[in-house]
Amino acid sequence: MSVDLSYYLILAAVLFTIGLIGLLVRRNVLVMLMCVELMLNASNLTFVAFASKLKDVGGQADVFFVLVVAAAEVVVGLAIIVSIYRKRLGATADDLSSLKG
Amino acid sequence: MMLLSATYPDSITFVLCAIVVVGGGLGVVLSNNPVRAALNLVMTLFGVAVLFVELSADFLAVVQVIIYAGAIVVLFLFVIMLLGVDKQEKLGSEPLILQRVIAIVVGLAFLGMIIGYGWGNFNSHGSYSVIGVASGGDSGIVELAKATFSYYLLPFEVTSVLLIIAIIGAVVLIARSGPGEDEVKEDISAEIKTDGPKEGHENDVSVSEDKVDEVRSVDFTVGEEQIV
Repeated sequence: MSVDLSYYLILAAVLFTIGLIGLLVRRNVLVMLMCVELMLNASNLTFVAFASKLKDVGGQADVFFVLVVAAAEVVVGLAIIVSIYRKRLGATADDLSSLKG
Repeated sequence: MMLLSATYPDSITFVLCAIVVVGGGLGVVLSNNPVRAALNLVMTLFGVAVLFVELSADFLAVVQVIIYAGAIVVLFLFVIMLLGVDKQEKLGSEPLILQRVIAIVVGLAFLGMIIGYGWGNFNSHGSYSVIGVASGGDSGIVELAKATFSYYLLPFEVTSVLLIIAIIGAVVLIARSGPGEDEVKEDISAEIKTDGPKEGHENDVSVSEDKVDEVRSVDFTVGEEQIV
């Protein structure tokens, strides 16, 4: 018997929370994107854990699509960061305060 | 160290991977150097890959290592090096005073909510093997391929469209536009050609880096003018 499903779900929840807090706390946009990756990995872990528990490959197939979306998100996000950096010479969230009232 | 009905190797593997995953996640959040954060992210991704193997999703573990650790994190590191933001960052400075406290409280409340709600419902009663049977024998690659190319055919095609959109979007965002900027770029490349490599490759690299800085500063002023 393998490890119970509950432990995987708790681990995934903890990883998701770490990513969430990091996303809210950090000011560096690159690190914020990495925290989004942490959250996506937590959801992947949940998918695979349920796929193993329910003996269904649907969960594993979903992880594929999460991977593709994560890759697309990182490509576009990093492109936005690079173009912001060219204009403002800074890569933190505080440099993007043009719209503040 | 027995986690309920699990055997010793499974339990030990899970505990070690959990430590690696959580430690790597905390490293991403707490490290003040972006390069170090990216390497901690690699550690977390490897831990998750081992957990995929433990859950008999071997192919996904390989894909995880190749795509995440091999492509996405390299892209992160590439951008970090390109922008030159790999310097220390003060974690103590926070313009909004209460923001950090509120963020941690909200995050922990989220964790408590999700675990507290699911405490009695962890062994959820989904129906078994709807898409296909994940057999333990051949690591389920055949079933995974069948599911991807039959049941998930339309989403699979849509992801290809999504990838093309992402590529075009990245090119549009990165590409320099405007006649003025192009002239500047040509001038500087002409200067680099006239300088030329005289004493080997190292000298050449340093010269071109100086020119890159010039390009950046020139772009900055041009952008400001456009805004004004």
